[in-house]
Amino acid sequence: MFDRRLIQYFNWGFLCLVIAIAAMGVTTLYGAVAVGPGDAPAHLYYKQIAWYGIGLLWMMAVCMVDYRWFNRGAYPIYLVCVGMLVAVLMVGRYGGGSRRWLALGPLTVQPSEMMKIAVVFVLARYYAQVLDPRGLTLRELIKPALLVGLPFVLIVRQPDLGTALMILIIAATLTLFVRIERRTLLLFILTGMVSGPLVWSQLKGYQRQRILTFLDPDRDPLGAGYHIIQSKIAIGSGQLWGKGIFEGTQNILSFLPEQHTDFIFSVWAEGMGFVGSLAVILAFLVLIVWGLRIAYSCRDPFGTMICVGVTAILFWQIMINVGMVMGLMPVVGMPLPFVSYGGSSIVAVMICAAVLMNVSMRRFIRDDHQGVG
Amino acid sequence: MNGYIRTTETGWLKNRINGAIVLAFLAFSALAVRLFHLQVIDGEEYFRLSLHNCIRIQHLRPFRGLIFDRNGHLLVDNRPEFNIYVVPRDAAPLPRTLARLAEVTGIDPALLDEALRERRGGGSYKPILLRAGVDRDTVAAIEVHRYDLPGVSVEVEPRRYYVHGASASHLLGYIGEIGPGEIDQRPDGDGGLRLGDMVGKSGIEKALDEHLRGAPGGRQVEMSATGQVVRVLQTVPPAPGFNAVLTIDYRLQEKAEFLMDGLGGAVVVLEPATGDLLALVSSPAYDPNVFIGGLSQDNWERMLANPFGLLENKAIQGEYPPASTYKIITAIAGLEEGVINEKSTAYCPGYYEFGNRVFRCWRRGGHGRVDVVSALSQSCDVFFYQVGEKLGVDAMARYARACGLGRPTGIRLDREARGLAPTAAWKLARTGQPWMDGENLPIAIGQGYNLTTPLQMAVVTAAVGNGGLIPRPSLVRRFETAEGAPKAPPERPVDAAPPATLPVSEKNLALIQKGLWRVVNGPSGTARVARVEGIEVSGKTGTGQVVGRSRVEVDRSQSIPAHLMPHAWFVAYAPAEAPRIVVSVIVEHGEHGSGTAGPIARELIQYYLKEIGP
Repeated sequence: MFDRRLIQYFNWGFLCLVIAIAAMGVTTLYGAVAVGPGDAPAHLYYKQIAWYGIGLLWMMAVCMVDYRWFNRGAYPIYLVCVGMLVAVLMVGRYGGGSRRWLALGPLTVQPSEMMKIAVVFVLARYYAQVLDPRGLTLRELIKPALLVGLPFVLIVRQPDLGTALMILIIAATLTLFVRIERRTLLLFILTGMVSGPLVWSQLKGYQRQRILTFLDPDRDPLGAGYHIIQSKIAIGSGQLWGKGIFEGTQNILSFLPEQHTDFIFSVWAEGMGFVGSLAVILAFLVLIVWGLRIAYSCRDPFGTMICVGVTAILFWQIMINVGMVMGLMPVVGMPLPFVSYGGSSIVAVMICAAVLMNVSMRRFIRDDHQGVG
Repeated sequence: MNGYIRTTETGWLKNRINGAIVLAFLAFSALAVRLFHLQVIDGEEYFRLSLHNCIRIQHLRPFRGLIFDRNGHLLVDNRPEFNIYVVPRDAAPLPRTLARLAEVTGIDPALLDEALRERRGGGSYKPILLRAGVDRDTVAAIEVHRYDLPGVSVEVEPRRYYVHGASASHLLGYIGEIGPGEIDQRPDGDGGLRLGDMVGKSGIEKALDEHLRGAPGGRQVEMSATGQVVRVLQTVPPAPGFNAVLTIDYRLQEKAEFLMDGLGGAVVVLEPATGDLLALVSSPAYDPNVFIGGLSQDNWERMLANPFGLLENKAIQGEYPPASTYKIITAIAGLEEGVINEKSTAYCPGYYEFGNRVFRCWRRGGHGRVDVVSALSQSCDVFFYQVGEKLGVDAMARYARACGLGRPTGIRLDREARGLAPTAAWKLARTGQPWMDGENLPIAIGQGYNLTTPLQMAVVTAAVGNGGLIPRPSLVRRFETAEGAPKAPPERPVDAAPPATLPVSEKNLALIQKGLWRVVNGPSGTARVARVEGIEVSGKTGTGQVVGRSRVEVDRSQSIPAHLMPHAWFVAYAPAEAPRIVVSVIVEHGEHGSGTAGPIARELIQYYLKEIGP
């Protein structure tokens, strides 16, 4: 039976925040592709709006299901995602030097985006079972390591190191959140300090070069470093009030690489200035804190874990993307949640938001709810 | 109540969430501080920079490696030239700027438009090459009107220069702008290549491209509103390519080209022990310098129209019937298969009757009684008809392949032809017709479907001369850095398989060698013309028919038109006892091996062994 309280507790405020950020994204996208002679086709924003529609449908679907079903379904979901990753390696579509996309009818999806959420589910399920205030022991970490290692290897093979590392970071965040036993943590830190230089000494010259360039784009002034310079000019030239969202863009269009995906924040910052950019950063901060508050108010460990996990997904994507375009972070292909163009990315972050809303609207329903037997 | 759901009673997890919220605040504060710094503190500076999108990337072409012969003689050089570039966005309004440029320099405006059309694409701030290799007067004119020509710049860039022009042109090849399709085809991904980069298109330039090319560099520069560089922000210097030192001896190459002047054909000279190529000539030649700035329509049409096939490297791509040089293979096969031995003889009346057909010997009067050695030395067709009849085509093909015919020699130049060692199965697949016994006879004397390249024959000859070891032809001695230090190990391909040898016993090989020695030194050898004072030369002539012999022979009295004259072959090694040089010569329509090809080989052997020395 459908509980009326679900509607009563539906988190409209959170939905409004997500829609507001998405609206800002569509506006910027319009500015990026429609005004200037960029590389992207002019009607990209229609496609993007369609993706938001698909994302909303997913969102509704995810909200309908009691999140405790995700606990039971964690492994099946995980296995489906792993299956898709294997399929990508075998029959995936090739583009930009790697195989990341799977053609499903008229749509192409990027299974690695969904994999992030699936990893959160399986880890949350596992950690909820072994939860202990003293922290996780080395033995207890073996299973998570395997669960993360498999998709990591599959995604590295595509090759998409950025997304693979993202999964590692999300898993690490969740693991540190549930606390690692002090002795084990110490062991990890020591091993890292010892093996780091050892691995470094084993790398070949060009591999080291690649890592150094990744960490410090200025080392590649003709590639990544150049993109960052252009991005910084775009952002900085917005000054306090910005040039106007459809005014300033033209200048930078042909200078910013992928201005409709990874560098969309630069387009917004140039047009809307410090005031507008700060507003977006604040909106994202509210989103993250809200997500953590939902985790806080949830009463069962699995719910808390998945909230922390999906919030970590959003948090790191925002940090890495905004940090990158401002020259604070390594240059890596990372979409800005709810804003960057890209179907799978939009759907994935909408599902993340939906998970939070799902937990939020069920925070008072527990023992008397018979949805899960 | 669901058993698996545990309630979080303890506050510790909530404390950790609170901790996470604090960390999130800190992280976002860092973003906000950075944003403030960029937009408010440094905002004005960035605004200034954005006014005229003035940070640019300028690509710096690497210095392509030079090519030397084995003695350090420079064959391919780089020379500075002046190139005119335009950045369309800086040049706005573009048509006016181009018109002004044409006016100032006197360059045909249509040419400028064409260059723009061809090379445009990839952003309006990317420099487009308008004209390469302009003279100093043009450069001066542009400099004078610099402020009238926004976005136009003159760059000094290295241009490939083939020191000896047409000499060794097929061997060295040429370079050109990489095509859009070529970038994706490279096995190493993009390899740092971009549109407009110069890459090797043929010959050594292509084969050694990755070594010669070097790595491009570039500069991040700030430009003024008129498109001039205000300051250089960062520079990545281009890395020069490696210099290549070839196995070629240019003196010999030049000599061979001189001897082939006015003739069509090819010459291959190599060191039999190592397979090192000393000279590789394809005649006639073209001047690769005309390719560098892009080829004019007129030049291109002239090249295609040349009746001798100008662009083909005949030494490795030309496929000719091996003619009587193939008798080496037939003799090996006959001896090894036991069809003949050293004592076997045949009587040659000048023809051989097979069924109701008559196959002629090249010598109408016949050779009388011959054994394998004298059949080789006098090139008696009738003897070999009989050997071929007994062997059959498939046995001969097996030996031909084992000797290195019908497959690439492994020289690392592109488009090496395989030649053809036909088999009955091949003919059936190709024509749908079964093999006829009568067809075995022309095969035995190197006619019929047989095809070989001059390089393949050089390799077979080298193997006979050096005791059976089939050398793998090589072209590169070593690579050097731009400073002249040797680069890593020399590029001799590492062969997993053991070196191939001729499928022949020592005793039988000695018979072949004896036959080849008598070709030059015997009283009735076919190539007495190739004798060199003081040096024993061994060799084999060949006369490759362009059309069937009978057709030409009908009116032998009249002169045969030049394009129906047979090709002349001569392959040789010297000194006979311990060969240091192998020469393979083909002169297209040169009639007799002894007449035209033989003297060329003799001159080369004499020059190399007597004048150049070891």
